[in-house]
This record gives sequence, C-alpha cells and structure tokens, in this order.
Amino acid sequence: MPILAFLRRHVWYIAFSIVILSAPLFTGNIYYLSILAFMATRLMIVLGLNLLMGQAGQISLGHAAFAGIGAYGSAIMTTRWSMDPWLAMLLSAVLAAAVAGLIGVPTLKLKGHYLAMATLGFGEIVYILLVQLKWLTNGTDGIGGIPSLTIGSIDFGNAQMFHWLVWGVALLMLRISLNLVDSRVGRSLRGLHRAEIAAMSLGVNTSFRKVQVLMVSAVFASIAGSFYVHYVHYVSPVSYTIIFSVILVTTVVIGGLGNVWGAVWGSALMILLPEYLKRYNQDYTQLVFGVMLILTMIFLPGGLVSFRTLVAKVRERFRGSRAGPVTGPEPRGGS
Amino acid sequence: MTFDQFLQYVFSGVTTGSIYALTALGFTLIYNATDVINFAQGEFVMLGGLTAVSLHDAGAPLVLAALGAVAIVAVVGVVFQLLAIRPLHSAGILAQIIVTVGASLALRTAAMIIWGRESLPLPPFTGDTPIKVSEATILPQTLWVLGLTLVIVVALQVFYRRTLTGKAVRACSVNAGAARLMGISYSKVVLLSFGMSAAISAAGGVMITPVSFMGYSYGAILGLKGFAAAILGGLGNPAGAVFGGLTLGILETLTIGALPMSGASGYKDAVAFLILLIVLFVKPQGLFGGRSVEKV
Repeated sequence: MPILAFLRRHVWYIAFSIVILSAPLFTGNIYYLSILAFMATRLMIVLGLNLLMGQAGQISLGHAAFAGIGAYGSAIMTTRWSMDPWLAMLLSAVLAAAVAGLIGVPTLKLKGHYLAMATLGFGEIVYILLVQLKWLTNGTDGIGGIPSLTIGSIDFGNAQMFHWLVWGVALLMLRISLNLVDSRVGRSLRGLHRAEIAAMSLGVNTSFRKVQVLMVSAVFASIAGSFYVHYVHYVSPVSYTIIFSVILVTTVVIGGLGNVWGAVWGSALMILLPEYLKRYNQDYTQLVFGVMLILTMIFLPGGLVSFRTLVAKVRERFRGSRAGPVTGPEPRGGS
Repeated sequence: MTFDQFLQYVFSGVTTGSIYALTALGFTLIYNATDVINFAQGEFVMLGGLTAVSLHDAGAPLVLAALGAVAIVAVVGVVFQLLAIRPLHSAGILAQIIVTVGASLALRTAAMIIWGRESLPLPPFTGDTPIKVSEATILPQTLWVLGLTLVIVVALQVFYRRTLTGKAVRACSVNAGAARLMGISYSKVVLLSFGMSAAISAAGGVMITPVSFMGYSYGAILGLKGFAAAILGGLGNPAGAVFGGLTLGILETLTIGALPMSGASGYKDAVAFLILLIVLFVKPQGLFGGRSVEKV
C-alpha cells in the first residue's frame, strides 16, 4: 500500500501540520494567534540558518540583515511605490539571494570561518543603512501603514486567515528542508561539513554547494521578514540588529544543530520563553539566552531534539552504578 | 581639508585606532593558540572600562582602578576558557565559536544589569589640558593611549621572543601536536592566551573610557572593529593587528572628514565593515598575511 507507506514515512510532518493548522479552530484569541504567527516567521528564518549551520557547517552572524531586506523591501515597495505585496516579497527575496551570493562566493572559497566575519560586517552595514538612509527607510522612526496581504477577495489581515497563510508557507519550507536534507544535495552538504576534502575528491563542488545553501537560507529569511511586516504593519531598524542575528544562531543551536525538527522546537522555545520571562524581568531575557546557548553547546550539543538520548544516557549511567554489573547494561569495550 | 584639520583627524584616528589595535591583538592571541575566533572579545574591552569606572567610584586611585580592572577581566577570560571553551575541546572549532557568541550575549546583558544603560565616564589619566601641535590640538589622554599601547606591544614581543613561556606559546601556535610531544602543556598555553588576551583588550577599554565613555553595548561594535583590524593586518599576525588597528582608526576619521555631506558621521561605523568586506573579498589573508597553502 503506497499510501500507507507514505503516511508512515511522513507521520510526524502530517501530525504536526494538522495540529498547527487546526489551532485557529480552537482559539480566536489574537494574542495566542500572534505568538503562533511569530513562531512561523521565526521558524522560516531558523530553518534556513539550520541548513547552513548544520548541513554546511558555516555560521552566519548576519541573518537578521537578510530578514531585514525582506521586511524593508516589502515595506518600501508597498508603501512608497504602491507595488503589489506579493511582487514586492518576490523582489526582496531575489535581492536577498543576490546579496547572499555576493557575500558567499568570495568567502566560502576560503577555509575557516570567514563567512561568519563577512556576514557580521554585512549585518552591521545593513543596520547602519536602515538607520541612516532616512529618505528611503525613515530612519529610526520606521515605516508604518504597511498593507495586509490579499489574494483576490481574501484578506489576510484577519488573524485566523493570516495564521493559515503563514503556517502554510512555513510548513512548505519545513517540507523543503526535510527533503533537502534527505536528498543528494543534503548528503553532499553533510559530506563537505564532515570531510571537505573527501567530498571534493568525490566530485562535490563544495564551495558552490555552500553558496547555494547560503542563498536558500537568505531567501527563507527574506520571505519571513516580508510576512512579518505585512502582519504587524510596521517596521523599524531595532528589529534587525546583530543581537537578533545572535538570537537566531541561539535558536538553531538550542533546537538542534543540523536537525530540521530542531528548528521547530527551537523556534517554539525561543518565542515562548521571552513571553514568559516578560512577566518577571525582561532585562534578563538575553542573559538567559546567552547562558542557554553555552550550556546547550556543552551539555546537549544535539539540542532539544536530542533530549531523549541525554535522558537515556543519564539513566543508563544511573542504573549501571546502582544495580551493578548483574542487571546493568553490558560493559562497553575499551577502558 | 587643511593640513591642520588633517592632523586633527589623524590624532583622533590613532586614539581610537590604538583601541582597535589592542582588541585585534586580543583576537590574535586566542586565534593563534586555538584557531577560535572569539566573538566575545569586544565584551572584554567593555568590561575593562566599566570595571575601572566602578573601582574608581569606589575610591580606588586611578592607577589601581586601571590595573585592578585589567586583572579582574583577565580572570574573567581565564574562567571563561575553563568553564565554556575547554569542555568543547573535542567538539571542534564551530562549537567553540558558537560558545563565544553566547558568552558575548551573556556578558553584554550581565553588564547592562550591573551598570545600567547609561554610558559612564572615567577621568583622564593626567588632566585634560589640550596640547597644541601646529593648529591642531592633542589631548594628554591620546598620548597615554599611544604610549601604553606601544608599551604593551613591545612587552608582548619581548614575552614571545625572549621568554621560555612565550616561546612555548609560539610553538603551540605553529604546531600544537608537536609542541605537546616536546612536553609543553597545551592546555596551560591556551589558558594563558585567554588570560592575556582578555587583559590586553581590557587595558584598551580602560584607556578609551576617559575619551569616549563606556556603556554595556559598546563591546559589540569595538569587538567588530578590532576584528576588522585583525583581518586587515592578516589574522594571526600580531604586528599586522596593530598596524590594522591604527590604519582602520585613521581611515575611519579621514573618511568622515573627507565626505562633504552633513550627517556623514552616522556612516562612520560602516567604514570599518566596508573595509572588512573588501579585505575579505580581495585579499583575505590580510595585508601582511602570507599565502597559506593547505596540505591535505
């Protein structure tokens, strides 16, 4: 039964889609729906960054800027030039991809973490331009009055309609990421992450592949930025600082570096946690993020998705020490 | 631009350039020992300045406050290496770099909680009567910054070239494996490098605070500039780091001075990053970096 096999293979994806898409049927609460919408846009960016970091082994510390290109591209083209929002979104994504290619081609040829530095510099320049180019971006005041998305007579200004739209796109990106990881491209990417020279000698054009991933992740981020501004109808530069780039990296790591589902868990946690911390003292949020990032790297390098293996490991050790060698697991080879 | 204006820009450029140079040196020390790019380097600069402010406010004489701040931040650097970097030794460079990104976010926010959002001042080391040079003026603090930077750079060279420990550090940066076989404790060398790196960057922070104040958020931008300076001079090259820092400082102020439009100073920070990108694209090994050939 091919249908059954298909269902079994994609059971988690289907289950997750059903749960998330049915959410608006159970709640009309604008606050809850907005949190879910932010989760969707965050997920889009993190999926791309996760591909870059987990599959290609490269860090970008400028992903906020790619989201900023989408956000400001949509904002400027729709409010100043009265362009169709969908066309604006497309053009912004093309721009983000072009910029990513421009940064990626020279830096990804080099060995080491030059992309991290270049994206850091790029992110900072984009931020400065957003603040300084007042005639275009309105500086720190930001741009308001960004229209809602529409298709024909369907208005996505409605929170429930927007939920279906934004999660539909996020789920599509999730699907693309899952397929990409599982494809020849994904395998060659992991190959170049783990053993670049070996991958190269097997005919993988390693730097070209890395540039491709960077461009895909830039497009994901840009689209996320566009959806975000059409939802909140306002954009300002403070959303696109280097701190946001760092938070994006944190989201990837906490969810699970290199695991597509990790992006989902990471986004959920990193959106919900600040909402929770806000009740106590908002100032501590970033401190918590920073410490969490360090602790995750040290104690849970696989991120939240690897929590089960951690529990299993701890339990095994615990059981082994208490019950002794009779009922405990077989001692492993080596010392 | 008249010659005097030019001179004035150069003076102000070397002052900030010295701080970039010290931050770049901090990057270099850690990079040479471990291949890790420490994205928390700028936070060491910021912590140095703010700790000195607190010690001085608590009644310590300026000299003691400065030295105390440098010592405290050196300890922070060592503790950071022990707690966060060392456990990841086997996890690879990417993991260690990510941890420094986390540390940068944590230190910055901790500083905001401790010192608040205001930028804090420190009195200049010896008064603030400007000295006239031609028609340009130079502040005594500028001389202090330049002089102390020179002292630090020379001391570092002596340490690397003349002392056994310094030679051990250099040996590790050339080939850590071989150095260990010769009986050098690699882990001690790495620890020492983090301590020294933090101390040198903190010294930069202490020196610049009387000129431009210090706030919790300054670390990020100072770190980035120091980093651009290190790349400009060739990552891993200490002399290049100093040259890169001074060049960057002067280019920054001159660009602003040369640009005719008003409001150009808003773009001042962009100069460093533009230079960073250009160097990465055109000559990634930096101005003084040799061609590195990677053996399979």
